[in-house]
Amino acid sequence: MDVTKEQMRHMYRTMVRIRKFESNAQNDFANGKIPGFLHLYLGEEAIATGVCENLNKDDFITSTHRGHGHIIAKGGDMKYMMAELYGKSTGYCKGKGGSMHIADRDLGILGANGIVGAGQDIAVGAGLSCKYRKTQQVCACFFGDGSTNQGTFHEALNMASIWKLPVIFVCENNHFGISMSQSRHQAIKDIADRAAAYGIPGVAVDGNDAMAVYEAANEAIARARKGQGPTLIECKTWRWRGHFEGDPAIYKDPKEQEEWVAREPVKRFREFLEENGVMTADEMDKVDAEVDQEIKDAVQFAEESPLPKPEDVGKDVYTDFDEEVRVR
Amino acid sequence: MKTMSVMEAIREAMSIRMREDPNVLLFGEDVGKFGGCFGVSAGMFDEFGPERVRDTPISEGAIIGAATGSAATGLRPIAEIMMDDFITVAMDQLVNNAAFMHYMFGGKIELPMVVRTVNGAGVNAAAQHSKSMEAWLTHVPGLKVVYPSTPQDCLGLLLASIDDNNPVVFFEHKIAYGEKGEVSSFDPIPLGKGDIKKEGSDVTIIAYGYQVFRALKAAEQLEKEGISAEVLDPRTLYPLDKDLIAESVGKTHNVVITSEEFKRGSYAGEISAFVAEEMFDSLDAPCRRVCALNTPVPFSAVLENAFIPQTEDIVNAVKAQRE
Ligand SMILES: Cc1ncc(C[n+]2csc(CCOP(=O)(O)OP(=O)(O)O)c2C)c(N)n1
Ligand SMILES: [Mg+2]
Repeated sequence: MDVTKEQMRHMYRTMVRIRKFESNAQNDFANGKIPGFLHLYLGEEAIATGVCENLNKDDFITSTHRGHGHIIAKGGDMKYMMAELYGKSTGYCKGKGGSMHIADRDLGILGANGIVGAGQDIAVGAGLSCKYRKTQQVCACFFGDGSTNQGTFHEALNMASIWKLPVIFVCENNHFGISMSQSRHQAIKDIADRAAAYGIPGVAVDGNDAMAVYEAANEAIARARKGQGPTLIECKTWRWRGHFEGDPAIYKDPKEQEEWVAREPVKRFREFLEENGVMTADEMDKVDAEVDQEIKDAVQFAEESPLPKPEDVGKDVYTDFDEEVRVR
Repeated sequence: MKTMSVMEAIREAMSIRMREDPNVLLFGEDVGKFGGCFGVSAGMFDEFGPERVRDTPISEGAIIGAATGSAATGLRPIAEIMMDDFITVAMDQLVNNAAFMHYMFGGKIELPMVVRTVNGAGVNAAAQHSKSMEAWLTHVPGLKVVYPSTPQDCLGLLLASIDDNNPVVFFEHKIAYGEKGEVSSFDPIPLGKGDIKKEGSDVTIIAYGYQVFRALKAAEQLEKEGISAEVLDPRTLYPLDKDLIAESVGKTHNVVITSEEFKRGSYAGEISAFVAEEMFDSLDAPCRRVCALNTPVPFSAVLENAFIPQTEDIVNAVKAQRE
């Protein structure tokens, strides 16, 4: 495997950024600073990190309602994300999208998505475009276990497979779609098995192991860039929080929760890096402190940013004119 | 007489029919032990068990398709689509199949099914979790569309919807769930019968769903300014209570219609066209519509408030119409 120490150090920073961004969002939501629906990625940090470490800036991703981690891992700026969560005009979407719709075309982020399963089909289109334009770009498509019961999942895998598109389907199996446990919402254990139905490779990995995810994604992306078509990677993980903030998640088994939290991805990666002489504890603590400062700066930026103006509501519906607004 | 919230009234209506008729069942995403995304079916799983209050996978097409297939074969399903925004995923089943089957098959198949779903802005949920798309469904022959406001109306109309032998789409507004009111009757309220929520003589404000509450506030404000507004709640969008509208317009000679839809192509536009076509001679001024803007629903509160047709917008429209 061709992973460098520098990449591993970068992966550590990415994971810590996600962890701290999400922890801060959790508090800000509880304190009433973030409105709307908030779906946190706590406990799943290794997946976005391991996949996106293999992507170039001009590669694409599609994301989900639980998208903050994907966006940070793809290089998203936490300042603009925070401002968007706060509904400010400086946010990634000028306050129009919020947590569920963060996008950055310059970084190849084709949007978080509030419609379960919608990103899978969009990824097919991005893959078609990469292949057609012969650019060597790829699209990584993130989605949850629950979304694999939507028609879109099956339609997307089939179309991507017959056209041999450079799409990496990354299933984040956190074992729940809202309150429905995986064992109740589908009759299989390994979602990776579904790849067989479309004649493409399917692999299941420990989604709390950043290096395992990195390796699986590395192989899939190499295949995709060589024109060998899509891969389905299932990353087994666990969402620590409720489905959204405010959901007490009484449907979870406390013992299972405890076991998964014990296998938590950031701590495991720290141990791995230390054991392999990639980073010392002091070096990692220093990263932690730097990220703390980044988060503080992002919060300050969000807090000091202006709100949108009511008349902005009619802008951006179309590229070439503004919609009428109401004068009150 | 009992005080109930809109949410409790909806739950009560489902429970009443499920107690009486073993063929009535409820299914949808997280409607089981979890009690539904908004808590509408809380407790029903415990009363009726997993066979009759069924969690489904995230598969809206299959939810509506299964409602259709089970309704065609002896059951009276209530299918919940967590939000109206997700009904698009199931549009083929609802439009091409459920709505048309009775007609296409020459009246041979009846589909006693209800699709309950949730509309509305006001919770910073942005473009994919906030819109009001009743016009997509009122457009379709074969569907009945119900959108009540008060707890009493929700209870009575849901009972009638479950009793109906046609596919009925039943809208609930997420902000209205907490609205409380007196419930004195546990009988069905026939579909297609509107209700005057407040009598008045100068203008008829036609409002449904959560807009009824905004319209009532507007009427109160207008009253102080010497304008007597009648608030007419059609409650069922199709079939529409045209007689009640004609009666009211015959008295007030002015009509303002309000809904939370995108204004372009809205059902409010359909009502307006009908009034203009059939009651032109009764009108003192053209109908006015107070709807949401023609933009996707924005996230930030400042923008969302500008998007939503507010009480003051209704007041302003009534006044502007009289100038
Ligand atoms: C089409 C559609 N149906 C339902 C929902 C409501 N919903 C939002 S997230 C979610 C669960 C998704 O589960 P999964 O795909 O496993 O992702 P996770 O939340 O676990 O990350 C549901 C049902 C939606 N947003 N879109
Ligand atoms: Mg999941």
